[in-house]
Amino acid sequence: MVRPDTGMNDRHSPNVLTGTRIRERRMAMSRRQADIARAVGISPAYLNLIEHNRRPVSPELIARLASELEVPADELAEGREEVRIAALREAAAHPVAATLSPELEQVAEFLARFPGWGQLLIAHARRAGGLEKQLVDLSDRMTQDPYLLTTLHEVLSAVTAVRSTAAILVEEGEISDEWRRRFHTNLHEDSQRLSLTAQALVAYLDSFEAEGSAATPQEEVEAWLAAGAPAAVDTPQLASDAARSMATQLEVGLHQDQIALPDQTLIDALVHNDAKTDPLRLAARLGAPLDLVMRRLADLRPAGYEGAGLLVCDGSGALTLRRAAPGFPLPRPGDSCALLPLYQSLATPQVATSQVVATPDGRGFRTFSYATRSQPLGLSGPLLTTAQMLFMPLEGPAPDDALPIGPACRICPRGACPARREPSILVPQTGPSGATDRSL
Amino acid sequence: MQLDILMIEDEVNIAEAVRFILTRAGWRVDLHGDGDGAIQIIRTQRPRLLILDLMLPNRSGAEILAELRQDADPELAAMPVLMLTARGQVGDAGGQADAVLSKPFDNDDLRAMVRKMLS
Repeated sequence: MVRPDTGMNDRHSPNVLTGTRIRERRMAMSRRQADIARAVGISPAYLNLIEHNRRPVSPELIARLASELEVPADELAEGREEVRIAALREAAAHPVAATLSPELEQVAEFLARFPGWGQLLIAHARRAGGLEKQLVDLSDRMTQDPYLLTTLHEVLSAVTAVRSTAAILVEEGEISDEWRRRFHTNLHEDSQRLSLTAQALVAYLDSFEAEGSAATPQEEVEAWLAAGAPAAVDTPQLASDAARSMATQLEVGLHQDQIALPDQTLIDALVHNDAKTDPLRLAARLGAPLDLVMRRLADLRPAGYEGAGLLVCDGSGALTLRRAAPGFPLPRPGDSCALLPLYQSLATPQVATSQVVATPDGRGFRTFSYATRSQPLGLSGPLLTTAQMLFMPLEGPAPDDALPIGPACRICPRGACPARREPSILVPQTGPSGATDRSL
Repeated sequence: MQLDILMIEDEVNIAEAVRFILTRAGWRVDLHGDGDGAIQIIRTQRPRLLILDLMLPNRSGAEILAELRQDADPELAAMPVLMLTARGQVGDAGGQADAVLSKPFDNDDLRAMVRKMLS
C-alpha cells in the first residue's frame, strides 16, 4: 500500500520539490513519462510515483534524470520556496476553502515566519488530496466497475450454493447416497470457486490501492498505449488476456492506419500553415478521411499537435478508446462529462467542429470533434455511429470564453453546471437552508 | 398434471439444491438455465409459480418478467413470480415480482415463501 506523503522533515520521505520539478521539466519538454523512465532505467510506474512526490529520489537517480532532462542536477532540487508557495496556493484554491478567504498575498511571509506550520499545512493538503483521489477511485469502482460487480456476483452465487447445499446435508434427514455424493461434489466445486474468486477479488482490490496501477483491461491497454504501444505480446502493461486481446486488435488498427497514411506523408502535409491547426484542411490536402487523419495525429503527435490526446466513443456514448494528454481529465467509462464536444458531435455526424474547453484546474485545450456513420451489414443492417475527439493543450490558462468541462459529475468540482446529473463528493453540499450536508 | 414450480436459474448448484428442497416438500419442479427461451418455456409449462433469478445469461430476469407481465394471456401475465437476487440489485423488477428473496437465503425461508405463494 502506498502511504500518503507526509511532507515532513524525514530523511526517508520523498522530497516534495524534486518530484514536482522533474514532472514540470518533463512536461515542458513534451517528453513522455515512459520514455524518460526507460532512459534512466526505472519503470514508468516508479517515475510516476516520484513525480507525485511519493517516492524518494537518490542523488544518483537525480543525476541521471537531470542529464536526460537536460538540466543541471542542482536545478531539480532547487526552488524549494517557490514550490511551497505554489502548494499553499493550490490548497487555498480547493473548493473547501471557498468561504474561508485565506490571505493569499501573505503566503510568502507566512512561510518565512512559520516554516514548520507551513510544511504541516502543505502536508495535510497533500494528504487530503491523496485521500480524495483514493476515495474517488474506490467510489468509482464500487459503483461502476463491471469486473468488480461480476466478481461479487460470483462470490454471492457460490456462497448461496454452499449455504443451501450444506443446510440440506445437515438439516434434511435421510438422503440417498447418490444425492449425498452429488451434494458433496457440489460443495467441493463451490468451495474451490469461492476461494479462487475471493483471491481474485482481494488481488483486484489491492491493485488499486497503488496510485497509477492499471486495474481493468481498458486501463491496461491505456497504460500500454502511454508506454508507446510496444509489441502487445509479453509487455508488463498487459497482464490480462482481455487486455492483450484488445491491444492486439488496436495494434492491427494502428498498423492499418499507418499504412493508409504513412508518417512522412502526414509530416510533409503539415508544412502548409493552414494544415498545422486545422485537421479538416489537412485531410483535404491529403485526400484522406478526416477520422483517419485525427487518429494518425493522436498517434504521431507531429509539430502543431504535440501532446495530443484522443477520445473515441460509439453511438451509445460508451468510450472505446482513451488516449491521455497531460492535464486533461480523462472521462471515466460509463460516467463522463456530458459537455464534452465529443458527445455533441454524435448529434451532428459528418460535420467537424472545433471548440476550446477549460478543465476545472484552468487549463485550456483545443478540441476537434467528428462523428461518422456506417452500415457494415448493408442496407438492412443497423446504422452505427462513432465519434472522435482530438484534443491539444493550449499554452497558458484557458481563455474566458472556453467551454467549462470536467470529469464525471460525482468527482467534478464545478458547482453550477447545467449538465450536472448528481452531486459532487468533492464539494460540500448545501441544503435548502444553506446548511452543509454531512451525509455525503 | 400442471407443473408447480419452474425455476429459471443459471447457477447449476443453486438450482439443484433448490429443486431438491422443493421436490422433497412435495412440489413438482422443473429447471431452465438461460434467459434465452425462458418465455417460451414459461408459456409451454404454465407453472403455478415462477422462481426467477435476476442475473441470467443472454436475457436478464427483469426483462423476462417485464415481458411476462405484458403477455396477452391474462393468466400468464398474472403468474406469481418469486425473484431471486443479490440484495440491492432488484431495482424496478422488484415492483413487478410478487416476492423477492435475497441471496444467500435460508432453505426454511424459501420453503415458507413458496408455500405461501402456492396456497
